[in-house]
Amino acid sequence: MYEGSRGTVLEDIPTAVAVSKRRKSPQLIWLVPIVAALIGGWLAVKTILDKGPTITITFKTAEGLEAGKTKVKYKNIDIGEVKSVGFTPDLQQVVVTAELKKGVAPHLVEDARFWIVKPRVAGGQVSGIGTLFSGSYIEMDRGKSSTRREDFEGLEVQPMVTGDMQGRQFILKGKDLGSHDIGTPVMYRRIQVGKVAVNELNQDGSGVTLKIFVESPYDKFVNPNTRFWDVSGIDITADASGVKVNTEGLMAILLGGVAFEAPAGSGTLPEADPDTVFPLYPNRGAAMKQPDREALLFTMYFDESLRGLTVGSPIEANSVNIGEVKDIKVEYSDLRGKFLFPVDVALYPGRLRAMMRQGIADPTPAEQKARLDTLIASGLRAQLKTGSLLTGQMYISMDFFPKAAPAKIDWTKTPPVFPTEPGALVELQATLMNISKKIESMPLDRIGEDLRTTLQSLNRTLMGAEQAVKRMDKDVAPAAKAALEDARRTLNTVDKTLASDAPLQQDLRTSLRELTRATQSLRQLTELLERQPESLIQGKKETKR
Amino acid sequence: MSDSDVTASQMGLCVCHGCGGLSELLPGIHEMRCRRCGAALHLRKPNSIARTWAYLIAAYIMYVPANVLPIMHTGSMFGAQSDTIMSGVAYLWHSGSWHLALVVFIASVLVPLVKMLCLTLLLISVQRGWTERALERTKLYRILEFIGPWSMLDVYVVTILVALVQLKSLATIQPGPAAAAFGAVVVLTMFAAMAFDPRLLWEPKEAHHV
Repeated sequence: MYEGSRGTVLEDIPTAVAVSKRRKSPQLIWLVPIVAALIGGWLAVKTILDKGPTITITFKTAEGLEAGKTKVKYKNIDIGEVKSVGFTPDLQQVVVTAELKKGVAPHLVEDARFWIVKPRVAGGQVSGIGTLFSGSYIEMDRGKSSTRREDFEGLEVQPMVTGDMQGRQFILKGKDLGSHDIGTPVMYRRIQVGKVAVNELNQDGSGVTLKIFVESPYDKFVNPNTRFWDVSGIDITADASGVKVNTEGLMAILLGGVAFEAPAGSGTLPEADPDTVFPLYPNRGAAMKQPDREALLFTMYFDESLRGLTVGSPIEANSVNIGEVKDIKVEYSDLRGKFLFPVDVALYPGRLRAMMRQGIADPTPAEQKARLDTLIASGLRAQLKTGSLLTGQMYISMDFFPKAAPAKIDWTKTPPVFPTEPGALVELQATLMNISKKIESMPLDRIGEDLRTTLQSLNRTLMGAEQAVKRMDKDVAPAAKAALEDARRTLNTVDKTLASDAPLQQDLRTSLRELTRATQSLRQLTELLERQPESLIQGKKETKR
Repeated sequence: MSDSDVTASQMGLCVCHGCGGLSELLPGIHEMRCRRCGAALHLRKPNSIARTWAYLIAAYIMYVPANVLPIMHTGSMFGAQSDTIMSGVAYLWHSGSWHLALVVFIASVLVPLVKMLCLTLLLISVQRGWTERALERTKLYRILEFIGPWSMLDVYVVTILVALVQLKSLATIQPGPAAAAFGAVVVLTMFAAMAFDPRLLWEPKEAHHV
């Protein structure tokens, strides 16, 4: 037995109470790690299940991209995040690894597109302003293919047309780009109906290819016969028909654009298929011109100056454009001993035929020749005319000159020579010459002499008049002066006489006062006589009270 | 202390946890009660090792999501992002506040981990019946008990931020799943520390009967 430190005797310590042995309980405590494991497992499974696909996108630069920060967005909703930014092994490009959300996986197909959104101004619209504050992000456009893919090539420029836009794409082939930046408008009757989506140089450098996107429902206005033309800025043409300024609205002036229109009569054609190739014309006139199938080539010799006539100048018959100047050459004629300037022209009889009220069958070449010969015989000639005095542009007019010297088309030459008539300008010159001759023949000398004698006599008359005036000045003026002085003196006297303190005035006033008093006495007398006429006899009565 | 120190169990005595009364143990019987207050009498915390292990394993399990999953979702006008504890530490470190990074790292990553490792060490030492350095191991246990609540720092920060930063469209902060897991780690390690009976550290040296 022991003794406690404080001297308590161990015998005093009560014994414990035995408890009947209970059933050994299962160790519930192990539920804790099991629950923890379950929760942990659930979190792990959830994380793995939620984990979306990881894709890689290659870009030229990683400008504005930041691992762990930059988002991937679709329609401005976060669908993922950039996990890492690295290089391709050859250091040529940047590889961006991004982890996307699970739901996006089915849309990661072959033609899905990715690009970096930056602030940009295109097509009159400003986009991506938000990225100034939030930093760049990668935008995705879903594709239509069904082949899955996980590595993509990022676009360097934001595409103008995204997969969810309804409409059709067409391809235009033009000579140069003009001002068709990506995003410039496509106009139909001056309404913006689409945009330029892609512009690129042809592989062989022979021109440019534009891909334009025409939005639905306007895409149905594009049919296989539709013409597309350039409306870059302001189109100013100065030609034989004057100065023309064509624009397609303010937007187009600032940005340029493409306009299209179907020529009249092609409205019933079916709609054009997507990706149809169209030519891009430089202006509306060129676009809407009927294609000329047949051309008659002629040479014309004009005697007058060809200044103002250029390749492309029109040939008009009764102000209908039926052809154009193809070439202007120089040749030396030994026969005539001078230089000649042959003008090669092309006539398009098809244009005339297209305007015929009733259809006409295409004539055979022989018929055509015969018809032309007939026309020439009845006086058809070509003549140079000034189209616009302002610009001095010339055109060739086909007119009938019944009095013209007989001529024929020289069919033996190639091209045949078409007879011409001196132009209106030459006639004008002749008239002017006539006038000057008449002026020359006038007796100008004699007229001048007569005029001089007349002027001399007039001079003399004037001198006489001057002497008369001088004489008057000398004799009349002093007398007049004396008379005027006398008059002034008289007036002074009158003035004095009429002054208020003049004796005459005083006397007059006293007289008047006396007169007034006399009148009063007279009135009293009259009244007295009225009341007491007898007083005249009896004298004035004393008034009684 | 020396080996000559006497323990209650050597004398066949046991202190009641309920009323502090001393009882003499009945030999051969395992389940006993205090004569005075009727509380169950144990010489040691019952199932101490098993319970500690259970809590500790649960804590280990929860430690993984606590560090892997995002602890905080921050949303602002310019985008949303979620941060794990380590990404937050990395951010602080790179942005120059290395001292803050250090504080967060120690309080949120290191302390819970060290605590769990130490508890594991103690448990293994008890189960293996090590006799050396019992005093040092007891001191280690006391430190563990002391620092236990301090590793809740991270959870405090998140809860305070969540409550304060609610500017709706401008900026919001929401707790992530890791916040709950982290809280669980801290609570579980505290339970584990409480379940552990430091007296077991001394037992291999005694003729242990119970």
